[in-house]
Amino acid sequence: MPSVVDALLSAVLLAVACWLINNNLRYYQPDKESYFYLFIWCAALSVACVAGTRYILPLFNMGQVYFNFLQQSLIIRFFTTFLALGWMAMISALFYTQLDNKRTEQRKTEAEKLARDAELYNLRQQLQPHFLFNSLNSISALIGFKPELARTMIHQLSDFLRGTLKKDEQLLVPLNDELAHLNLYLEIEKVRFGHRLQTEISCDKTCGEAKLPSLLLQPLVENAIKFGLYDTTEAVTISVRAEVEDQYLIIMIQNPYDPKTSRPRKGTGFGLSGVQRRLYLIFARNDLMETHANDNIFTTIIKVPQL
Amino acid sequence: MTRVLIIDDEPLARMVVLEYLQEFKDQIEVLQECGDGFEGLKAIQQLQPDLVFLDVQMPKINGFEMLELVDNPPAVIFATAFDEYAIKAFEAHAVDYLLKPFSKERFNKAIEKFLAVTPATNNIAKNTETLLEAAAQSPAQNERIVVKTGTKVKIIAVQDVEYLQADDDYVSVITPEGAFLKNKTMAFFEKTLDPRQFVRVHRSYIVAISQITRLDPYEKDSHLAILKSGAKIPVSKTGYVKLKQVLGI
Repeated sequence: MPSVVDALLSAVLLAVACWLINNNLRYYQPDKESYFYLFIWCAALSVACVAGTRYILPLFNMGQVYFNFLQQSLIIRFFTTFLALGWMAMISALFYTQLDNKRTEQRKTEAEKLARDAELYNLRQQLQPHFLFNSLNSISALIGFKPELARTMIHQLSDFLRGTLKKDEQLLVPLNDELAHLNLYLEIEKVRFGHRLQTEISCDKTCGEAKLPSLLLQPLVENAIKFGLYDTTEAVTISVRAEVEDQYLIIMIQNPYDPKTSRPRKGTGFGLSGVQRRLYLIFARNDLMETHANDNIFTTIIKVPQL
Repeated sequence: MTRVLIIDDEPLARMVVLEYLQEFKDQIEVLQECGDGFEGLKAIQQLQPDLVFLDVQMPKINGFEMLELVDNPPAVIFATAFDEYAIKAFEAHAVDYLLKPFSKERFNKAIEKFLAVTPATNNIAKNTETLLEAAAQSPAQNERIVVKTGTKVKIIAVQDVEYLQADDDYVSVITPEGAFLKNKTMAFFEKTLDPRQFVRVHRSYIVAISQITRLDPYEKDSHLAILKSGAKIPVSKTGYVKLKQVLGI
């Protein structure tokens, strides 16, 4: 009878300790230097288990003989427990590291896929609906009375399309490149909308070299133009401001909007939500994009960590 | 002489139409160019043109929404760059449309078609009506309702609508800000509003499901829907069946 109680108690205590170790490793993975702490942690847990048996078993009143046996076997108990826990810790550590690697890998492939999708989407966006057809319509109008301007616009449109088509293996590009691409887009939109569309782009010298995922800005600015211009019949100024702060490239895009007439902001799947998703997949963080709406100004802020 | 309006928010797009119309200057007079739906609405009402060139995507209110507010809509030739739903609507209803960028030949064809059918103007209004109904099916179109209050245009987001009530030849749209009249039928709204959000619970009532807080039994087979605002809406027997289906009870 005493041996059964002993066995049960030891097993329960060991199980609790294993669970603790396992849980600990699930949320916190030690780097190479801190495996020593894991060792200490195992030892401490083993001591706790043995102490548990030492002080709980006598409560069952099992006689002096058994108590003596318990006293003598404490050292052996400690080592067996320690061995078991060590084993458990090792397996858990391996398992969770593996799992983590797998997740990172998964995120990476998904990020790559999304970048490809973004490219495709951009392409479709320009090759199909409003933007391209309206631009061509503007060119058609210009040919009639300002052929020189029509030619300029054809060149801008071609450069812009080439920019979106460019197969970019590297995920991150300098802000200067991204802004150049954005400018082509804005120039074309300005021809279409005339004086109604104005833009302010400010970027100090230091942030020109800062890196960000390619084709990230254009959907945001497109969104700003769509809501800015279609919410009002007046002239609209879209501003883009970039700065580097604490290892982050911070880009702020603002457009006026009218909360009364604005259509509910449903992501077109790729507008704002697409950008947020891409940032998450690349940097594994959900707090890199925020939007504010106040005083008839809609602001989108993105933060890109500089690695 | 045919009197024409050009409504498009892009100045260059209006230029093309103006340029193409040069050839017809003995038959067609351009009254005015308008840069948005509000201006267009005002011009149509003041000038009563025979024909309007109308862009679909414009600031504030789009081409369809503008046309909904016109009492006796003139003949319309739509011009749009790309809009699946609009094109579907155009194809189904004899009104002509131009896809930007359009050629001179295609434009001339549209004009000739208009000039040929113009004596039978009387079914333009009916055509426009059915066209608008078809256009309203598009997801972009059924997010808001545009109404006229006096001389002003009011844009109501569909999620602000509590319920709709039949009111003679009009439909009264009830929102927290008050009731607005729209010259449409209950059948029109029943067809175009999202059936998962709005249910016609009675011959004279369409109610927003999100607004219902309680359903109380009321005389014989009918019920009363109590809304958040406190309004009591009669629910007929068939309306109750529909409501149960949508709510899944």
